[in-house]
Amino acid sequence: MSVDATALDHHAHDDHGHHDHHQTFISKYIFSTDHKMISKQYLITGLLMGVIGIAMSILFRIQLAWPEQSFTIFEIFLGKWAPEGVMDPSIYLSLVTIHGTIMVFFVLTAGLSGTFSNLLIPLQIGARDMASGFLNMVSYWLFFLSSVIMVSSLFVEAGPAAAGWTIYPPLSALPNSISASGAGMTLWLVSMAIFIASSLLGSLNYIVTVINMRTKGMSMTRLPLTIWAFFVTAIIGVVSFPVLLSAALLLIMDRSFGTSFFLSDIYIGGEVLHNQGGSPVLFEHLFWFLGHPEVYIVLLPALGISSEVIATNARKPIFGYRAMIASILAIAFLSTIVWGHHMFVSGMNPFLGSVFTFTTLLIAIPSAVKAFNYITTLWKGNLQFNPAMLFSIGLVSTFITGGLTGIILGDSTLDINVHDTYFVVAHFHLVMGISALYGLFAGVYHWFPKMFEGRMLNKNLGYVHFWVTAIGSYAVFFPMHFIGMAGLPRRYYSNTAFPYFDDLADVNTMITVAAIITAAVQLVFLYNFISSIFYGKRGPKNPWKSNTLEWTTELKHIHGNWEGEIPHVYRWSYDYSKLNEDETDYVIPGQDYIPQNIPLQPGEEEMNH
Amino acid sequence: MTVFLVLIVIALFAVAIWQMSKIYALSKGNSQGDNGEVANGKDNRINAKLMVMFMVFLYFLMFYCFWHYSKFYLPEASSAHGSKYDNLMFISIALIMVVQVITQFLLHFFSYKYKGEKGKRALFYADNDKLEFIWTIIPVIVLAGLIIYGLFTWSDIMNFEEDEDALVVELYAQRFNWKARYAGDDNILGDANVRFIEGINQLGIDPSDTDGSDDVVTTELHLPVGRQVVFKLRSQDVLHSAYMPHFRAQMNVVPGMITQFSFTPTVTTEEIRETDYMQEKMRTIQQIRNEKSKVLVAKGEPALDSYDEFDYYLLCNKICGSSHYNMQMKIIVETQEEYDEWIKGQKTFAQSMTE
Repeated sequence: MSVDATALDHHAHDDHGHHDHHQTFISKYIFSTDHKMISKQYLITGLLMGVIGIAMSILFRIQLAWPEQSFTIFEIFLGKWAPEGVMDPSIYLSLVTIHGTIMVFFVLTAGLSGTFSNLLIPLQIGARDMASGFLNMVSYWLFFLSSVIMVSSLFVEAGPAAAGWTIYPPLSALPNSISASGAGMTLWLVSMAIFIASSLLGSLNYIVTVINMRTKGMSMTRLPLTIWAFFVTAIIGVVSFPVLLSAALLLIMDRSFGTSFFLSDIYIGGEVLHNQGGSPVLFEHLFWFLGHPEVYIVLLPALGISSEVIATNARKPIFGYRAMIASILAIAFLSTIVWGHHMFVSGMNPFLGSVFTFTTLLIAIPSAVKAFNYITTLWKGNLQFNPAMLFSIGLVSTFITGGLTGIILGDSTLDINVHDTYFVVAHFHLVMGISALYGLFAGVYHWFPKMFEGRMLNKNLGYVHFWVTAIGSYAVFFPMHFIGMAGLPRRYYSNTAFPYFDDLADVNTMITVAAIITAAVQLVFLYNFISSIFYGKRGPKNPWKSNTLEWTTELKHIHGNWEGEIPHVYRWSYDYSKLNEDETDYVIPGQDYIPQNIPLQPGEEEMNH
Repeated sequence: MTVFLVLIVIALFAVAIWQMSKIYALSKGNSQGDNGEVANGKDNRINAKLMVMFMVFLYFLMFYCFWHYSKFYLPEASSAHGSKYDNLMFISIALIMVVQVITQFLLHFFSYKYKGEKGKRALFYADNDKLEFIWTIIPVIVLAGLIIYGLFTWSDIMNFEEDEDALVVELYAQRFNWKARYAGDDNILGDANVRFIEGINQLGIDPSDTDGSDDVVTTELHLPVGRQVVFKLRSQDVLHSAYMPHFRAQMNVVPGMITQFSFTPTVTTEEIRETDYMQEKMRTIQQIRNEKSKVLVAKGEPALDSYDEFDYYLLCNKICGSSHYNMQMKIIVETQEEYDEWIKGQKTFAQSMTE
């Protein structure tokens, strides 16, 4: 059925290829079914959510550096939650919660995967559009709706959700435990349920498109690694997001319909609740069954983007293409059987802890292979330091730094004493937060010309953006390991309620100063982004001299991507600096790259792919 | 110290921004050329240099942190299993720092060395099975070692055997404080459930269960040194986590179930106060507090309490509500005699109910 539909679709598009569609403003910019427009919608919504998420982190970092002091900025942004400018403890928890939710789901899942899967899957596999443009549009608008609901939850009377982004019950289930577990939590759950629907529609679309709509000659082993990453990410999403949906539904029932899935033996607010027999540990299992794969849903697209950007800018094939694919698959498989490492001290059976330690540390192996392969790709390259390249190298750096501390946290024994401390905060911000953000930035710098019809981002502002961010994010998160090793728990409103942590105040101040500077330099990026959309210099059709198919399309966006026939593919996407038979010159004389749509040249040997 | 640190950070950023502005100025004139917004030879040279500078910054940061911040590490463990924990932690950190230093060097050095130049030819090098095999197998071996070591330690800690004279203590979490319930002379905790909570029976001990009548409920946790303690953890309302960092001990407290953890304290409160580590730490903190107090007094506010004697503590480490950050209990490790004396002075459950 779907095959037939695809075939029909192809014919239809081939017929339409040559004349323009007459589109209204609404069908072109708002309810668009064109993957390029949808990707821009995802990106801009994601960036807006990112501004909110990062701004929140600055607010609570200020509180941590100068606890319980009065700031006008609190009065402006928090209003009644900051009486006389002093942040209220309950809004601190809300800020932490919503910061986590927004950054993980709305920026790094939808903003990253949504943007680049939509933009690149059809363009790089040689398809006219997604398998279902309509579902794709629905997916974006559901995401938009969930963003609106999440943001609107910031304005409810009792405050937005405050149970941590992991929303463990009973705290999240009982409005009389914290007032934020009332309407704020309801909106959180509704927003996430819609988000999951959006994510599933998107993912199914990506999977079907990659499987069915590759152009002639584009075998799976000729796919760029970006597509492999997006494809596998979509599969993980389809496997794990429904479990979070079920957890959210059960939680909604516990909250509103008196069931006891997660509640038992609770005395709160002066009375015993009737709930009996449920278990919060069950919720933890359901949550982390999504929650851990989620890390890779965030990270794999970033790694895919950096593979492509590093190979292009190193003017070298990515080293170990097949090993890279194998690593992606291994990481994806393992990611679904390691969730218990978030729960070593949750009270689950210690034997399970052993099993999860084993599977968790196994993930280090494909990750190490990936890191080594990136480094080898740089070796003897001809590195072009475009901003995208810098962010990709930065990604490898933070991926290594953050990944290594995972060896400590993944070890059930060592987790006992660093669990839920700042050590964890440092670890996951480096390995998935900063790394994935670098991937997002690399993608934006690299594919901006493709998104905005040839306009390019200003490279010098890009350099400023990268270097300050690179220094700043290490200055924020590296010292954080040490306050974690001092036994400082995360999610504490203030570390001065008792004297033992007084000597850590300096480090916290330093971290906050670095965080403010790093956040400020993101404004440079925003300025660059907005001004370049309108005034960016137009570059050539293939500015980075890249091999992949998206650069064979015209600068002007047309429905269906290619004017005439869809190009056929004759080679993998990494024929950079390949020499001819007698090694006197490149295969195409004077040109160090061979786009995928160029047939094998006489005497040229195809790489074993 | 704060000022110094902030200055360092600002200075580093200033250097970065100054370098940036230089690049900006330098390449401004050039960007009109054929390259447009694509990196040219000059960009490559400058960014390659910045790569090296960044590597120096990164090494400096790591060195600085280990040099100045490792004093924040917790003192040597005060529990029997803690030394194994500390060993494993030390080995793991040493190992990952070796890998970190080497890989970051290669990454940034290659970035510098192989910077793009006009006319340079990159090496078409797509595969090398041997190389890939090597860097697959090395992590496999190293991780196998770590996993085995880790799992043995884990099972030692978690699958503990209860000694005959082990002290059984219930840790009871309620927002936002902790209580301890000692099992009394019979060393058996009486049955308890939130449904029995009434009046002063805040822990919901079943009044009809005779095992519970000699139980002792306290707000401080006293532990005799050198004797195994088995903690049974119970929550009244939401999730909490009993975190005793100095004993390398942590376990979540889950409403609806009883979780457990066990360790043997090896260092008394008196002893740890005497250690150089603690003396030094108390001096530093006291100094910080004195300075803060001066500011407060000048403003006409009361000075901070002095803090010259360290006590072990138990912290809540699972978000549980607005006062989560201040949910703690004092732990006192003392000799068996001192402990016996102290427990004798506490009221049993039966005594407090009849009052």
